[in-house]
Amino acid sequence: MYSVPKLEDFSPASLDAAADELLAALQAESQAISDPKAFEEFRNRWMARKNGLLTQVNESWLKAAPGPSKRDVGQRVNALKAQAEAIVSAAEQLAAGSALSAKIKSETVDISLPGIERPLGVRHPVLRTLDELISVFVKMGYSIAEGPEVETDYYNFEALNFPPNHPARDTQDTLFIANQEMKAQRDRLLLRTHTSPVQIRSMEKLTPPVRVICPGKVHRNDAPDATHSPVFHQLEGLCVDTNITFGDLKGTLDHAMKSMFGSDVKTSFRPSFFPFTEPSVEVSISCPFCGGNGCRPCKQSGWIELLGAGMVDPNVFGFVDYDPKKLSGFAFGMGIERLAMMTYNVDDIQQFFYGDVRFLEQFA
Amino acid sequence: MKISPNWIRDFVSPAASDRGVAEALTVSGIAIEGSFGEGADQTWEAEITTNRVDAMNHYGVAREVSAIYDVDLAPIAPKVSGNGPANFSIVIDDAEGCARYTGRVVRGVKTAPAPAQIAHRLELVEQRSISNVADASNYVLNEIGQPTHAFDLDKLEGGKIIVRRAREGETIFTLDGIERKLAPEDLVIADAVKPVAIAGVMGGDATMITDATKNVLIESAWFDPASIRRTSRRLGMHTDASHRYERGADPGITQLACARVAELILASAGGAVSDEIDVVTRTIPQSRIPLASSEVKRILGVEIPPEEIARILRRLGFTVEPGGPFKPAVGLSGEAEFTVTVPTWRLDVEREIDLIEEVARIYSYLKIPNTLPSFAGGVIEEPVAGKRSELRKRLLSLGYNESLSSTFIPQEDARAFANAEPVRIANPLSEEASFMRTSLVPGLLLQIAYNLNRGNTDVQLFEAGHVYAMQSEAVDEHNSLAFVSTGAACRASVHGKPEPFNFFHIKGDLEQLLAAFDVKDVSFDRTVPVWLHPGRSARAKVGGTTVAIFGQLHPEVAAARKLKQEVFVAEIFVEALYQLALRQPVYTPISKYPAVERDFSFVLPEGLEFESIRQKLSELAIAELTAIIPAETFRGGSLAAGTYSFLLRVRFQSSERTLRDDEVASWSQQIIDAVGSLGGSLRQ
Ligand SMILES: [Zn+2]
Repeated sequence: MYSVPKLEDFSPASLDAAADELLAALQAESQAISDPKAFEEFRNRWMARKNGLLTQVNESWLKAAPGPSKRDVGQRVNALKAQAEAIVSAAEQLAAGSALSAKIKSETVDISLPGIERPLGVRHPVLRTLDELISVFVKMGYSIAEGPEVETDYYNFEALNFPPNHPARDTQDTLFIANQEMKAQRDRLLLRTHTSPVQIRSMEKLTPPVRVICPGKVHRNDAPDATHSPVFHQLEGLCVDTNITFGDLKGTLDHAMKSMFGSDVKTSFRPSFFPFTEPSVEVSISCPFCGGNGCRPCKQSGWIELLGAGMVDPNVFGFVDYDPKKLSGFAFGMGIERLAMMTYNVDDIQQFFYGDVRFLEQFA
Repeated sequence: MKISPNWIRDFVSPAASDRGVAEALTVSGIAIEGSFGEGADQTWEAEITTNRVDAMNHYGVAREVSAIYDVDLAPIAPKVSGNGPANFSIVIDDAEGCARYTGRVVRGVKTAPAPAQIAHRLELVEQRSISNVADASNYVLNEIGQPTHAFDLDKLEGGKIIVRRAREGETIFTLDGIERKLAPEDLVIADAVKPVAIAGVMGGDATMITDATKNVLIESAWFDPASIRRTSRRLGMHTDASHRYERGADPGITQLACARVAELILASAGGAVSDEIDVVTRTIPQSRIPLASSEVKRILGVEIPPEEIARILRRLGFTVEPGGPFKPAVGLSGEAEFTVTVPTWRLDVEREIDLIEEVARIYSYLKIPNTLPSFAGGVIEEPVAGKRSELRKRLLSLGYNESLSSTFIPQEDARAFANAEPVRIANPLSEEASFMRTSLVPGLLLQIAYNLNRGNTDVQLFEAGHVYAMQSEAVDEHNSLAFVSTGAACRASVHGKPEPFNFFHIKGDLEQLLAAFDVKDVSFDRTVPVWLHPGRSARAKVGGTTVAIFGQLHPEVAAARKLKQEVFVAEIFVEALYQLALRQPVYTPISKYPAVERDFSFVLPEGLEFESIRQKLSELAIAELTAIIPAETFRGGSLAAGTYSFLLRVRFQSSERTLRDDEVASWSQQIIDAVGSLGGSLRQ
């Protein structure tokens, strides 16, 4: 172990040799340091104010030096101290670094273990599909209108040009509220079979121009099975102004379907029949799931029938006191569950209504 | 319905393949949904909308083809010449129910299997061939759409037919062998003694054509749609004939159809046909409708040349005369006006707009250019849309899955979970679905049970939707919101134990929802319905208004519903909550001066609740008292029975200065005294 020698010869050469020997020993010891505790011992041995090895250099070399060489020895000792301090400081950093790396090592986790789950709730796939459609039409300037699910015969049928006892009512499979027999037919309560009554209510409230969409729940007397549910959702829309044409209906729905499904989607229009529109139209889109090549949702046809639509029948305008000679408009509607089933590859509509978290959480 | 393209080519010869014709028909409104078989045996499945009775036969479809391809439609002209009076009488007693009745008698027929071509065509359209005489009527139905009926003349008593309403107590065995009780509103065809057919619905068994039939009466009539519909609905009998009559058959075709049936019978079964008996009680008027080309453009948005408009309508059988009632044929701006007479087979066309639809669909919807309307209005927000969406966002963030449950619930649930008169469905799908929900809670509880039964033990669901109640004669329908939770608030994992969901989780979640609103004075009390656990549930009020009830489902209710773990429920009365504004955040500067925290370990008498302490301390009105925190509670150990220890943490802070020790000491003493006044004491 190194100790500070007593000097006989204070010549520059002798001093250099002694300094080199000291620094070599210091360097060697610093490299042997393994942890912060060893560093503390090392620093005390060399640097302690009281009796550290560098303090001894002061005693043994500087104070012992003869008068004429004191100045030269003093300079050399100062330089030596600076060099020693640099070595100690480097050793200190090294020791701290190895301590940190030891700590990091001990703190290392198995990153392949699963993360701690803090589950977010999931939007219902049907309502999520509805949200997307709503946002398409809101961007096109449509307001959202809502209305009651328990409706009168008047709003669900009569004002939509379904006369009492008309065969077109047969297609609606209506659920009726009990004990309505005493009332006049138009006041009898039923569960709305479509969201179209909201179109009537909107026109009653608003002065044209009117642009509304009516999302909501509807009911039919349909026994539940894989493709039928007595409760389902619709989105309908209505646009009335002084200059609305069938071309506008086509353009609007084409634009909306492209916004919803992508600009490659094509629309097709063919005649249909609804009591509340004339002319009436059934709208198909080229299958967005297979690009038109044929798949399960499109039944291999490349096309999906998605919307019913048409120009608002003048009789309907009559019920809301709009002048059909001045105003025209179009209306459209679609079922949401069917679209959600196709979008998410769901094969049983009942899945939407079980609340099964294994089902719902797939739509995160 | 089934359509044979080969049969259609009896009447039109478009220069197009069957496939091409099918596509053109589909685009024009006769949807050909499928094609079966090959060549002459090919058939189509056609979906014909209920308003188009005129197209529910081959001649009607051929007429469409004639219009689409602008080719001639061959007329149907039966070559039948009567050889003398029928010696039979037809009387219409009910002009309202029967506008016209055309009959012919064919005597001396020989019943035999139908000719091959007739039988084959009927088979193609999925009709069973019976005999030469019986098939004639069915063939004509499929050919030109008019329902006709053939009676065995010798079974008709009294030599006459009377069209009348049924008499009280009358019955008839119909062709299908079922005895039908007739009502006085039913229109019947009767002989001198008894009903022999239910008019427009089905013939009677006793007078039907058999192999022994020698003499035949052919009936071709027009019955009132509403009357036929009433009877067919009442008896639950939906037949090919009733389907057409109740949608409006062609009042102008009775003679032609009668002659056509006679022609087919004569050709295949021989015999001699009488002169026609044609009884008309009233004329069904043919509409004459003005049509302006400017109106076509206003509705469709495309300019269709007037001659094209006229051509399309004429091909469909409309009579188109130039000139309207008030205008010349061609107006100043070059627009044309027509007067259009509707053919007898198009009772569905009554107005100008109906004509425009005819023009549009034959012109082709696909040729009308897509345009976008300009719009001057603004978007109107539903008043509660923002509030609803904020609640939904918060629930999703808190981990609740959005759910939809049935709107229908059993009567017990409708009454147990709400203090309201439930709405009953007159024609429910099932006993369990015979009432409208009065609360969202039972539906969500069913979903919890569904999950637990399938091993999903951690379930958090919410639903927003309508609930319904009878209010005198009306239905009160309003928005509601409920959320439910069971299982772990924090799920078990390799990293740690699960944290079971408890009352304070649901309370915390509720508070997060209320925090979205501008609420200053939320209070909680124990006024809750009986289906909640009385010790672990509460009512939340804002001001004086109840906004929610929440807590653990009562163990008895849970047991009755076979829920084997604790379930927590919150029902929010959103209509009340929506009266409040959403909270508008405003920044409060953060104090530059340090906060001072003090802990007090109290022993409190059991039953002294935190809320009392909080209120008492608030009453001290120490402005610098910025937080009152219940830090810890403890029971047992060395504590005397009937007491518990309570670690209260308070925080003092000023936004203007550093607090002095002496003032903190003085406030601390006030706090100790205040708790002391409630019966608490500092723990020694
Ligand atoms: Zn596809």
